[in-house]
Amino acid sequence: MSASYVLLGLLARGPKHGYELKQAYDQRLPRAKPLAFGQVYSTLGRLERDGLVTQAGQDQAGGPERTTFAITGDGRATLETWLAEVEAPAPYVTSALLSKVVVALLVADPARATTYLSAQQQAHTGRMRELTRLKSEQDLTVGDLIAVDYALTHLDADLRWLQTALHRVADLHREVQS
Amino acid sequence: MSPLLSARDLTKSYGVQPALRGVDLDLHEGEIVAVRGRSGCGKSTLLHCLSGILRPDGGQVHFRGDRLDDTSEAYRSELRRTRFGVLLQHGHLISELTSAENVALPLMLGGGSRRAALAAAATWLGRLGVAEAAEQTPGQLSGGQLQRVALARAMVTQPAVLFADEPTGALDTLAGELVMKLLGRVAREQGTAVVVVTHDATIAAYAEREIVLLDGRLDPTGLGVAVAVGA
Ligand SMILES: Nc1ncnc2c1ncn2[C@@H]1O[C@H](COP(=O)(O)OP(=O)(O)OP(=O)(O)O)[C@@H](O)[C@H]1O
Ligand SMILES: [Mg+2]
Repeated sequence: MSASYVLLGLLARGPKHGYELKQAYDQRLPRAKPLAFGQVYSTLGRLERDGLVTQAGQDQAGGPERTTFAITGDGRATLETWLAEVEAPAPYVTSALLSKVVVALLVADPARATTYLSAQQQAHTGRMRELTRLKSEQDLTVGDLIAVDYALTHLDADLRWLQTALHRVADLHREVQS
Repeated sequence: MSPLLSARDLTKSYGVQPALRGVDLDLHEGEIVAVRGRSGCGKSTLLHCLSGILRPDGGQVHFRGDRLDDTSEAYRSELRRTRFGVLLQHGHLISELTSAENVALPLMLGGGSRRAALAAAATWLGRLGVAEAAEQTPGQLSGGQLQRVALARAMVTQPAVLFADEPTGALDTLAGELVMKLLGRVAREQGTAVVVVTHDATIAAYAEREIVLLDGRLDPTGLGVAVAVGA
C-alpha cells in the first residue's frame, strides 16, 4: 500500500500530526485520490503497531489536542528498502483500454469500431487539453506540475499506441487486399 | 466574427499525385489550431497553400476577406513578410548570418533600423530560451536551437497569422512546453492566429481544436486512418 510509504516519506522530513500529514499528502500528490482522514489515522495506527512510527508528544496550539508522530529507525530502513525496489515496468499491459481496442479490431464491423475508437480518442484528447490548460494556470506548485505531467504523458502514450495499432491493422489490411 | 483566414475546397496535386483533395478551414483571431495526420497526408501542402507559398490548383483562400490564392507571387510574398509568420518544416536560416541577424532580417527588409531590429531579435531569442545563441551562426547551433531561432524569425514581425510546421520536433519536453506557452500568450495577447502542424498529442493539446487530414481530406473521425478490422 503506497499511502503508508508516502506518510513515512513525509515524516522523514520531521514529526507531524495527522492533519498536517493529510495536508502535505494532498499537496505533494495533487489530483491523486485524496487521502481520507480515517485512512491517515488507520495507517498511522498500523505503522505505530509495526514500530515504524512513534508518538512524539502532543500539539495543542490553538486547537484540539493532537498527537504528533515521528518516524523511527525501523521506519527509515523500511522506507529505504521500498525506495530501492524497482517498480515493475509494465503496469499497463492489463488495461481496459487495451482489451477494448483489441476486441473492437477483432470483432466489430468497421463502422462500429470507428465510432468507438473516434470517441475514445476524443475523450483522451479532451482530457489532455484540460490538463494542458491547467498547466498554464499561475499558481501551480512543482508538485502539481509533476502530477499533471504524469497524467499527460500516460494519456499521450495511450494515444500513440492507439494510432500505431490502427496504422498497423490498416497497413496489413491493405497488403492482404492487394 | 468573420474568420481571419478562410480556405474553401482546396485542392493541390504534384504532377499526378494529389496531395489535397478539397479542404475547408476557418481560422479566427487568437485561435490555435493543430493540424495532424499520418506522414504524407498533406499537412505541409495545406500550410503552404494557406500561407501563399503554393498556389492551390482549385479552391480559394481569403485573408481578412480578400482573396489571396489568385494574387501575384510578389503580393503574396509581401503578405508573408508583413502579415504572416512562417516556420517551414525544412526551414533554412541564412548560414552566413548570426542568429540575431537572421531573426532581425524580416524587420530590416521591412525598412526597420538595424538597431531596432536587432533589439527585437534579442527579445524573441530570449523569450524562446536561446539568448545564448544570438551571436552564433546556424552551423554552430544544435537542432533544437536552430528550430527556436527559426521560430523567433517567424514571430519577430508580430504576424497576424503564424504558420508553424512541426515547431517542436527537435525540442525536448520542457523546451516544447516553453514554445507552446509562448505561442499561447502571443495568441491571447496579440490576437495572433496560429496553425501548428504536429505529430505530438501533447503539443496539439495546447490548441483549442485540431483538424486531422487523411489522404488530403479532412477526417471527421479524427483518427487519421481508415479503420480496418479483423486483424
Ligand atoms: N514537391 C513535391 N513534389 C512531389 N510530391 C510532393 C511534393 N511535396 C509533397 N509531395 C507529396 O504530396 C503528399 C503530401 O505531402 P506533404 O508534404 O504535404 O505531407 P505531410 O503531411 O506534411 O507529411 P509529413 O508528416 O511527412 O511532413 C505526399 O504524398 C508527398 O509525397
Ligand atoms: Mg510535412
